[in-house]
Amino acid sequence: MDLPAHFSDWFSTKGWSIHPHQQEMLDRSSEPSLLLIAPTGGGKTLAGFLPSVVELSDGDHDGLHTLYVSPLKALAADIKRNLGTPIAEMDLPIRVEDRTGDTSYTQKRRQRADPPHILLTTPESLALLVSYEDAPRIFKGVQRIIIDEIHALAESKRGDQLMLAISRIQAMSPDLRRVGLSATVEDPAAIAHELAKHPDPCPIVLADPGPDPDISMLVTEEKPPWSGGGAKYSIPAVLDMVKQHKTTLIFHNTRAQAEIYFHNLWLANDDALPIGIHHGSLSRDQRAKVEAAMVRGDLRAIVCTGSLDLGIDWGDVDLVVQIGAPKNVKRLIQRIGRANHRYNAPSKAVLVPANRFEVVECVAALEAAKDRDLDGDPKGDGPRDVLCQHILITACAAPFDATDLFQEVKTVGAYSTLSRAAFDDCLEFCATGGYALQAYDQWKRLKEVGGTWQLRDPRSAARIRMNIGTIFDIETLKVKFRRSPKTLGEVEESFAATLTQGDTFLIGGQIVRYEGLNQLVVEVSREKGRTPKVATFSGTKFATSTQLSQRILSMFNRDTWPLLPAHTTEWLQLQREMSKLPQAGRIQVETFPQDGRENMVVYGFAGVNAHRTLGLILTQRMEAAGLNPLGFVVTDYALLIWGLTPVTNVAPLFAPENIRDGLETWLQGNAVMKRTFRIAATVAGLIERNSRQGRKSGRQATFSSDILYDTLAKYDPDHLMLRITREEAMRGMVDFGRIEEMLQRTKGQVDHIVVDRITPLAAPLFLEPGRIPVFGEGRDKLLQDKAAELMREAGLSDI
Amino acid sequence: MSDFAFTFCDADLVARPDGTLWWPRKRLLCVSDLHLGKSERIARRGGTLLPPYETRETLWRLEAAIAATDPACVVCLGDSFDDLTAADNVSDDARKTLTRLQAGRDWIWIEGNHDAGPVDIGGTHRGEVVLDRITFRHITDQATRGEISGHYHPKAGPTGLPQRACFLLDKVKLILPAFGAYTGGLSVRDPDLSGLMESAGVAILTGKKAVAVPISACLKR
Repeated sequence: MDLPAHFSDWFSTKGWSIHPHQQEMLDRSSEPSLLLIAPTGGGKTLAGFLPSVVELSDGDHDGLHTLYVSPLKALAADIKRNLGTPIAEMDLPIRVEDRTGDTSYTQKRRQRADPPHILLTTPESLALLVSYEDAPRIFKGVQRIIIDEIHALAESKRGDQLMLAISRIQAMSPDLRRVGLSATVEDPAAIAHELAKHPDPCPIVLADPGPDPDISMLVTEEKPPWSGGGAKYSIPAVLDMVKQHKTTLIFHNTRAQAEIYFHNLWLANDDALPIGIHHGSLSRDQRAKVEAAMVRGDLRAIVCTGSLDLGIDWGDVDLVVQIGAPKNVKRLIQRIGRANHRYNAPSKAVLVPANRFEVVECVAALEAAKDRDLDGDPKGDGPRDVLCQHILITACAAPFDATDLFQEVKTVGAYSTLSRAAFDDCLEFCATGGYALQAYDQWKRLKEVGGTWQLRDPRSAARIRMNIGTIFDIETLKVKFRRSPKTLGEVEESFAATLTQGDTFLIGGQIVRYEGLNQLVVEVSREKGRTPKVATFSGTKFATSTQLSQRILSMFNRDTWPLLPAHTTEWLQLQREMSKLPQAGRIQVETFPQDGRENMVVYGFAGVNAHRTLGLILTQRMEAAGLNPLGFVVTDYALLIWGLTPVTNVAPLFAPENIRDGLETWLQGNAVMKRTFRIAATVAGLIERNSRQGRKSGRQATFSSDILYDTLAKYDPDHLMLRITREEAMRGMVDFGRIEEMLQRTKGQVDHIVVDRITPLAAPLFLEPGRIPVFGEGRDKLLQDKAAELMREAGLSDI
Repeated sequence: MSDFAFTFCDADLVARPDGTLWWPRKRLLCVSDLHLGKSERIARRGGTLLPPYETRETLWRLEAAIAATDPACVVCLGDSFDDLTAADNVSDDARKTLTRLQAGRDWIWIEGNHDAGPVDIGGTHRGEVVLDRITFRHITDQATRGEISGHYHPKAGPTGLPQRACFLLDKVKLILPAFGAYTGGLSVRDPDLSGLMESAGVAILTGKKAVAVPISACLKR
């Protein structure tokens, strides 16, 4: 398709010309599905919208023509602004509206009655639209759906929910064409498979990836510390770089680190450079303020986390600084793309290792980035909790035929291998809870009437709609100044629980003092000039990817390390002399005494989550073997266990069958399982999200999902929700997949090295925070001692 | 010994770690807030379909407590059923278990706000019961001195340690923890609850062992 004359005229008045991939997207706009892979800043969004705007420019289309779905509400608003300019300047007869959680009720009602030509929305708002009785009328005739940042959506359940919703819309509008817009990823074919209407193909348009990024690692006079993630040593160097560039993004792996770094940056910011902070724990207002300041070009630097990983065109960023090892090369490349948002200009980035080991990680990541060797874990099959929610959503809109719905679900790539039995399990769960109580009418949420399934009680549709979505926020509490309506941000409930009056912590770059908890709001007061306790509310902790771990291991086995700074090569050399450097094909274990304890270090290179699981399994086995483990601590590369008795025979501990057995017994009562259960059960509709409401009103009426987990485990261990929980935990927090990978890689071959003192590679582990104690009967003992002491103090011991 | 023994209004009582109250002299076992049939009630009202095992689990725990104490009398302090229809809809198995538990002993259902009316499952139905100087009722009445009640599902824990379901005890009042499997707790940190108790009161935490802690030591997180 050629660009119509008034479009090319408008382009030339702007001094723009169409990129080859944008032209290709236009030429191939009739493909039923099409995936564009373009680097950040490659004009992806325009490439996606151009065919729609051209098709709509003649004014002949009535009703909805194009759906645009993005993972961020902010992105929808941003696109609305950006589309507004050409539409206004070319005077095109096109109505564009957005619809997100923030859209007003009246606006939403009007949109259902009279949809715009282009509707900008999020996966959750789209799923809600699909659940309405009038969905067939709304979606009738819709021509295109554009999924922006599909690589980000595809990583989570949100992507699965979206593709299920699209399969419903496709049934209502068979001519629907699908367009995916993705950043650079390791496996475009996998995303194409998710996007296509299975088994139809989905061609891929690859934009020119642009010149190689200019990435380097910061090397300072001052050596990085042995452990920790603060990278405080880098502050003067980073401030210098900020001064030399227009706008710098300073990425961190966790929110807590971002807060601490931001605080330290301001303490050293003698020139008072305008520097802001942006992360997911800050209030929406505060984030919006920083975003606006950034678009205006008022800020010289923004300290941020993954909350800035996606989307909005931030304009003049010319440097990206990554504090801490990137953990994942793909994310690094995508972050780096945020700099020099101009096509065909190299992006500039600096990696700042936070500690000595991260120097090695950073260099490995640099090599991987240069080789364009991106990492990623293959995704499992479509999650069944999301399917359960989809079945309920479908029932809200209209009665459905089970076989038709099954066939439709199988057109979604992630569910293309779904068996009828697995589908029926989910349907059964939605209909009766899956407890074999079909005889009781009240135990039916869905009923089969004349061959179709429908809600038993139509009023339950409202409750189902209220619980749509797969984003599961960790329970957080708002933080406010006393007697102030303004929210400073949010902290995790578990963090709030550790605070006592007078404690200080960082939020939004300021130190505040905890005063108390009032109606689920953390009340604080201003606090000047003191060092904060900490900001331990954390973002997601990413584990170093398998591929990057492999690179680190192979780096260890080189003879020399010309790319590493001298302080790091000396450290590795010393390890080689005293012990050995770990090898990919073997599990290396060191044992040595230190500080009156017996220590065992396992170099597993399987990531923090897998190491934590391994630590729990090993200490359990050690406890049983009378080795008296006292505690352990994990990093991405190793696990340190300390105890009272030296371990002399380590090999049996690592026998694959022993580790798998240990997992089975350990999993049952595990907190990770309970958390995973809560998420799956909420997505599947077993638990309603209104728990907060519940806590406010009839508080004692609500009870913890842990009770449901325990009850099911006792009376119905094969229940669908428990099966889903087990599978998800294995992939996610428990990360048993990485342990399996380690066992396969090493075939259980253990190198046990006995040394008489701490080794150089083990040393940083002793400084690592987050030590996990091993309790035998310890926890009960602790409570009893404390209670007795309190009763004595209160003079109540004789009651 | 994992029980906690104490004297309340001249009666020697025992708080058991499972959340039941034992009065040895009367051979009386008291439990509160069983909420039998909770999942059935939620399902019936168009809510989610919770695992329907809480009645079985609650009765299993009650059976264990009865086996351990062999009471002459069992007092259920109200909210024994999640509502009166739930009492009607209770499964045949649960009905049989209750009949078996009631055999050879007095069984008193005190009415609660959830089950305000007679139930057709054996035993005697009462608004409240007075034994010696002590009144047994569902919701505490501030004016009464010497009273054992339930309703609030109290939980508590010393500052810095996790909270557990608990008895709340002062000179004139004793509030029992909820015994039902699907019951949450109201923290003693909530003024609605701590306000009911004298400041020198004690929380007796349930768990593996019944552990007493001053309420005043539980008021801060």
